[in-house]
Amino acid sequence: MRMKQVYIAGLGVLAASAIAVYAAPSGGTISGKVTYQGTPAKAKPIDMSKEPSCAKQHATPVTTETVVTGPNNSLENVVVYVSAGAPDESAPSEAVKFDQKGCQYIPHVLAFQVNQTLEIANDDQTSHNIHPLPRINREWNKSQPPGTPPMTDKYDKPEFIPVKCNIHPWMHGNFAVMKNSHYAVTQGEGSFTLPNLPPGKYTITAWHESYGDQTQEVTISGSETKSVNFVFKAKPY
Amino acid sequence: MGKLFAVVLTIIALVSAYPIVVHKYVQPVDISTHGHAIDEQLSDTMAEAGFAFLGAQLLLAFFVWKFSNRKDGSKVTHLPGGAKLMVATAFILVGTEVLALGVLGQKAWADVYFTAPKPDAMQVQVQAGQFAFYFRYPGADGKFAPLHPDKIDEGNGNYFGLDPANDVEARDDIVTAELAIPINREIHLLMHAKDVGHSFYVRELRIQQDFVPGLDLSLHFTATKTGKYEIVCTQLCGLGHYNMKAYLNVLAQEDFDKWLKEKASEQ
Amino acid sequence: MEEASVQPAHVHAPPEGFLRKHVFSLDHKVIAKQYYGLALVAVFMGMALSWLMRFHLVWPTAKVPGLDILSSAGAPGGIITPEYYLSLLTMHGTLMVFFVLTNAPFAGFGNYFLPIQIGAEDMAFPRFNMMSFWTTLVAFFVLVLAFFIPDGPPTSGWTAYAPLSAVGKDAGPGLGWGQSLWAISIAVFCIGQLLGSLNFIATTLDLRAKGMTFMRMPICTWAWFITSCIGLLAFAVLLPACLLLLLDRMAGTSFFIPSGLVISDRLQNHAGGSPLLWQHLFWFFGHPEVYIAILPAVGIVSHVLITSMRKPMLSAKVLIYSMMSIGFLSWMVWGHHMFVSGMNPFSSLLFSFPTLTITIPATIITLIWLGSLYGANIQITSASLFALGFISMFVSGGVSGFFLAQPSIDIYLHATYFVVGHFHMVMGVAAIFGIFSGTYFWFPKMSGRMMNETLGKLHFWITFVGTYCIFMPFHYLGLVGNIRRYSSFVNDFMAPLMPLHKFISIAAFITGAAQFIFLYNLIHSRFRGKPAPDNPWNATSLEWSIPSPPPWDNFGGKHPVIYHDPYQYGVKGSKGDFVMQDSPEQLTSG
Repeated sequence: MRMKQVYIAGLGVLAASAIAVYAAPSGGTISGKVTYQGTPAKAKPIDMSKEPSCAKQHATPVTTETVVTGPNNSLENVVVYVSAGAPDESAPSEAVKFDQKGCQYIPHVLAFQVNQTLEIANDDQTSHNIHPLPRINREWNKSQPPGTPPMTDKYDKPEFIPVKCNIHPWMHGNFAVMKNSHYAVTQGEGSFTLPNLPPGKYTITAWHESYGDQTQEVTISGSETKSVNFVFKAKPY
Repeated sequence: MGKLFAVVLTIIALVSAYPIVVHKYVQPVDISTHGHAIDEQLSDTMAEAGFAFLGAQLLLAFFVWKFSNRKDGSKVTHLPGGAKLMVATAFILVGTEVLALGVLGQKAWADVYFTAPKPDAMQVQVQAGQFAFYFRYPGADGKFAPLHPDKIDEGNGNYFGLDPANDVEARDDIVTAELAIPINREIHLLMHAKDVGHSFYVRELRIQQDFVPGLDLSLHFTATKTGKYEIVCTQLCGLGHYNMKAYLNVLAQEDFDKWLKEKASEQ
Repeated sequence: MEEASVQPAHVHAPPEGFLRKHVFSLDHKVIAKQYYGLALVAVFMGMALSWLMRFHLVWPTAKVPGLDILSSAGAPGGIITPEYYLSLLTMHGTLMVFFVLTNAPFAGFGNYFLPIQIGAEDMAFPRFNMMSFWTTLVAFFVLVLAFFIPDGPPTSGWTAYAPLSAVGKDAGPGLGWGQSLWAISIAVFCIGQLLGSLNFIATTLDLRAKGMTFMRMPICTWAWFITSCIGLLAFAVLLPACLLLLLDRMAGTSFFIPSGLVISDRLQNHAGGSPLLWQHLFWFFGHPEVYIAILPAVGIVSHVLITSMRKPMLSAKVLIYSMMSIGFLSWMVWGHHMFVSGMNPFSSLLFSFPTLTITIPATIITLIWLGSLYGANIQITSASLFALGFISMFVSGGVSGFFLAQPSIDIYLHATYFVVGHFHMVMGVAAIFGIFSGTYFWFPKMSGRMMNETLGKLHFWITFVGTYCIFMPFHYLGLVGNIRRYSSFVNDFMAPLMPLHKFISIAAFITGAAQFIFLYNLIHSRFRGKPAPDNPWNATSLEWSIPSPPPWDNFGGKHPVIYHDPYQYGVKGSKGDFVMQDSPEQLTSG
C-alpha cells in the first residue's frame, strides 16, 4: 500500500517536472549586461580583528561589497526585475537561503518573492544579530547565536531592505522583495536573463544599492529574446 | 552553634583574604606613565580594607564564640568605654585612615584629569558605535575633516560620516579598526559617540572613560610598553556590548610609521 | 514631646467579608503581608533569572530546556541570545531593587510593625496604604508583561541609561515596547512608594501612643521613619525622570537625546538633550535607594540582635543618629556613580569626600554592634544567626566601598565585577539577610505559629557560606578587570578566569536551591507550625504585648501607655531578664 502511494507520487512529480521543462521556452526572454561608466569607489579592506574567529577564515582581507565590479566594467549585485507589466505572483514554496559566514552575508544581495520563506543561517562561531531595516514591511532585530537553528521569516510587501549586523558593523547586505518571479541578480560578468515572459509591454528596472535605479521599457512579442543593457554612473566617492 | 558560627566565619574571612594576600588575582602589568599612582592607591586601599575586613570579621567571630548561649548564667556585662569608645574609634580609624588615604589619593585622579595634554601630543579620534570602535588619524594635512552623521555608510567603510566628495580634508583621513600608537609618545584621544553611551577601557593603560553622545570628551595618555592590548566597552550599549572591542597596538616609532603608511594606502 | 498624641479609637470599622479582610484590606497588617508576598514572588523570579544568567555565562552554548517556549526569539532552541541575557539582567535588577529590596524590609515589615511598635491601631491613612500596595502591584504586572510582548523585555539594565533607553527600537531588541513598559512600571512604582512614605511619616509623627516619645521608639521604627523620609525625596525625583524618559520615547521630546545620533544607520530626529541629565536624575534617586534598601535592614537587625543578646545596644541614640547622618549624606554622593561618566572631573572630588565620610557613621554602626556583643548572652536562633550574618555581609560589602569611593581607583574598577560584588553584598545580600532575620523573628507574631528552627538554621548555613562563595570571588574577577553586563566573555584575558566563574555559578545554584527550604518552612509553618505564644522571644517592644496574631485593631480597643525605653534587657523584671515597654513596673538593675 505504502509502496504504491510512493510510486504514484513519484510518477506525479516526474510528470509535473516534465511539463515544467517543456513549458519553459514559451514566451520571450530579456537578457543583457549591467556596466558602469567612470571611476567607482575603491573597495576597502575590512578589518575583522575584533572577531578573530571570522578574521582567520579569510587568508587575505575581504573588501567592502557596496560596489562590486567585474571585467569590462561590469557591475555585480544589480537586481534587474520586471517592475511593471507582469501580474503579481504568489510565492514559490521553496525557501531562499541567506547565510552568515566569515562575518559576511552570502549572498550580499538576496532577491526573493513576497511571502516566500526566507531562511537565515549562522555558520560562524560567533553570535550575529540580523537587523533588516525595512521602511514599509515589519521590522525586527534578532540575534542568532552559534548552534541555534536557522531563522525563518517572510515579507508581505515588495521592498528593497538593507540588512545589517550591529555586532559586526561592516556586515551589510540587501533583501530585494519582488512581487513576481521575473528578476535576476547580476553576477561575475554583470549579465542577467529574464526568461518566460509572455508577450506584452514591460518596465524593466535595474537597482543597485549605491547607484540607485534605472528603468527601460521593453515590448516582447512571441518567443523572441531582447537585449537590454544598463549603464550606471560610478563616482570615486 | 555560636561557636560553629565563629569557626565558619573565621574560615570564610581567611579564605577570602588568601587570594588577595598571595596576589592570585591582580591587575595586569601597567603600561602607562600615570598608572603606577592608581596601582599604589589601590594597594594602599587594599591593605587598609583588608585590615578593616579581617579585624571586624574576626572580632565578630570572637565575640560570638565567647558570648553566645553562655553557661555562666545570663548576667550580661557592658564593654568598658561604651559607645563613646566606639565613636572615637570610628573617627580615628576612618578619619585618619580612610579619609586621609582618600584625600591623598585624589592626586592620582588629578594626574589623569587635571592636566592638559602637551601641545605636541598625537591626536587620534576614536568613535564608539554599536558595536565597534573605529579610529581616525588626520592624515597628511594634519586636519580632521568635519563629520556628517547623514553620510555614515558602514557597509562602504564610511564609519565616521566623512564626505570626501565635498571635503578635501576628508580625503587623506585614515580610518582604522585598531588603535596603533607609537611608544612613549603622548596620545590625545578625541572621543566621539555615534549612537548611544559607550566607554573606553584599557586595563593595562589604567584608563576608563565614558563616551557621551553629544559631548565630545578627550583623554590623554602615554604608553610605555609595546604590544597588543584589548580596548573594551564598559558602558552597557545594547545586545552586542559584550563583543564591542578593538585592539590597542603599541608600536616602536618606525613600525608605527610603516603601519600608518600602509593604512593610508588602503583608504 | 513627652505627651505624644493619642489616636482616635477606631480609624476604620472591623473588616467584613473575604475581599475586605484579605484582598482589598485597609488593615496595615494585611497590606504588609501583601507587600511581603509580592516581594516573595519577585525574589524567586529574580533568582530564577540570575540562575539563567549564571548558567549562560559558563555554558554559553548549552540549551536551557523549555526556555524557547517562554521566548522563541530570546532563546531560539533554548540557547540564550545576547539580548535575552540583557533582558534577564535588566529584569533581575529591577525586580530585586524595586520589588524586593524596597518592598520587603520597608513597605512589608514597616507596614506591619511600625504602627504596632508606636502603639497605633493602623496607619494614618489606611486608604492611601491600600492604594500604595495596589499601585505597586500594577507596577509589578506592567513590568512582568514585558516578558510576553513580541519585542521582549527591556535590555538597558536597571539603570536604563539614556540615550540607549530613550531612542526606541532602533537601538536593539527590548528597547521598543519593553523599555516603555519598564518606564511606565517604575513611574507607577514611584507613586506607590510616595504614598507609602508619606503614610509612614504621618503615622510616626501623629499616631504615637501616650508616653511613646521619639527616643522611646524601637530602632527599627526609627529606621523605617528615616527611610520613608529618604524615599519621599528619592522617588519624587525618579518619577519625573521616568516621565521625561517616556516623553522622549513617545512624544518626540529630547530631554536625554542630543542631535546627530545615527543608530542602526538611521539618523535620529532629536536634538538638544543631555544623556548626563538622566544619569544625574537617576543616581540622585539611585544612591539614596541603596539606603532605602539597607537602613530598614539595619533597623531590623539591631532590633533582633538586642533581643537575642539580652542586653541593649551600647547606645541606641548613637545608632539612630548614625542612620540619620547616612540618610543625610546619601543626598550628596550620587556623583560617585559617575566618576568616569564625562562629568566635570573636579566634581568627582566633591562627590568623593561625602562618600568617604559616609564610612564614619557606617563604621560607628558596625562598632556599636560589635561592642554591644561584648558581654552579651547571645541566644542563637535562625533570626539571630541571620542578624549576625548581616553584620558580616555589611562589613564585607562596606570595605569594598573604600575602593569605589576613590575616583582614581574607580578608573580601573568601574564597571567591573568588583562593583557587582560590592553592591550585591552590601545592598543585596545584606538586605536579604535583614529580611530573613525579620521573617524568622516576626513570623510567630504575624501568623500565630512558630517557624521550624532546624530548617531555619540549615537555611542559614547554606545561604551564609553560599553567598560568600558567590560574591567574594566577584571582587577577585573585578581586580583582574572582568567587565560586568557581558553576556559572554570573549576577551582574551578571560580564559583563566572561567574556572572561577564556574565555581560561582555552581555556588549560585546551590545557594538558590537552599531558598526553597525557606519557602517550604514559611508555607509549612504557616499552616502546621507550633502555635506561637504572645512573646516567644521574651522581647520588650509593643508588638510582643499583644496576641499572636494581633487582632484587627492591634490592641483590642486598649490604648497602650509607654513607660520605658524600648530595650529593657538585663534587668530584673517580673517575667525574667526584661521589662516590657508598656509595663508599669519599676526597673531594678539585674
